[in-house]
Amino acid sequence: MAKRTKRKTKRKTKVQGVQIDMISEDFISTMTSMEKINLILEGVKQGNIVILERGLTPEEETKLIEITMTEIAPDDFVGIEIESYPSRQKFSLLGRLLGKKAIETRLTVVGPADQLRTLRRDHDLISALVSVRSQG
Amino acid sequence: MGIIKGIKRILPTWLKKIFRKKAARIGIYGPPNAGKTTLANRIIRDWSGDVMGPVSEIPHETRRARRREGVVVNANGATVTLDIVDTPGLATKIDFHDFMAFGLEEEEAKRRAKEATEGVIEAIKWLDDLDGILLIMDSTEDPFTQVNVTVVGNMEARELPLLIIANKIDLPEASPARIKGAFPQHPVIPISALEGFNVDKLYEAIANHFG
Repeated sequence: MAKRTKRKTKRKTKVQGVQIDMISEDFISTMTSMEKINLILEGVKQGNIVILERGLTPEEETKLIEITMTEIAPDDFVGIEIESYPSRQKFSLLGRLLGKKAIETRLTVVGPADQLRTLRRDHDLISALVSVRSQG
Repeated sequence: MGIIKGIKRILPTWLKKIFRKKAARIGIYGPPNAGKTTLANRIIRDWSGDVMGPVSEIPHETRRARRREGVVVNANGATVTLDIVDTPGLATKIDFHDFMAFGLEEEEAKRRAKEATEGVIEAIKWLDDLDGILLIMDSTEDPFTQVNVTVVGNMEARELPLLIIANKIDLPEASPARIKGAFPQHPVIPISALEGFNVDKLYEAIANHFG
């Protein structure tokens, strides 16, 4: 019986797609507002989708929008698409006594505006379409 | 607990009496083309006989904040003096190609886009200097946009008064109920700033809310 040799060829497959960075609450909680914003914008400008387990506070969201505006460049970066569930107010006894409201942020998705498109969003549902960045 | 609650309730009234402000500085916020300048023009025309600025169907027509001081609104026996700030439309993305779709030349579209980004920054900076906000939304559009969620979140975090205006109710596809459903924790006033529908209700709400 002739020995059948099977020539193994390594097939290199080039995976095309969109990189998704999922960042944990623990990691985010160690960062300052500016560190969070820089991390998001760095990823998004490379064409990545950034998902934060716990999102940004409303003030951080406005700061992110503000800095995004300074980064917009024609034919290069048109801005971000950001989707988050509305933040919730956390009530604690200490907070009530001090008259302070604590804000509980929720999952946030940020991506390049030319690649991430919101299809539908609600209090508890975010439906989005992600497209691959066209080359050249 | 009860004493603290009581003090918290009456303290703002005392402070208002002691340090009575001349005018409440109110910002008109919202996404592009929601009708911010149309509303500012409506309020100023009704109470001062003047207008704030030009309106256009091309987004980001207002690219610098405009302020009008000392607009006195009387409604339902209450009087309030307002400094009204008409802000540029808030957005998370600005693509000059969108302006070219309205017939603008590339250079003009790029210039408008650049000015629009500066306008968004200016609108955000104004948030620090306001006593309250009129957040205007287009009743024919989905209200659950990030801009709306962010503005509402900011006002809640700053504990500043907010009135939501459901604009364009003169259009057949308008649904102010959708806006009420999206932000049930805040008062929503359905109006048509262009046609003047229901603006009396808006003035009553302004006088009660910011007075």
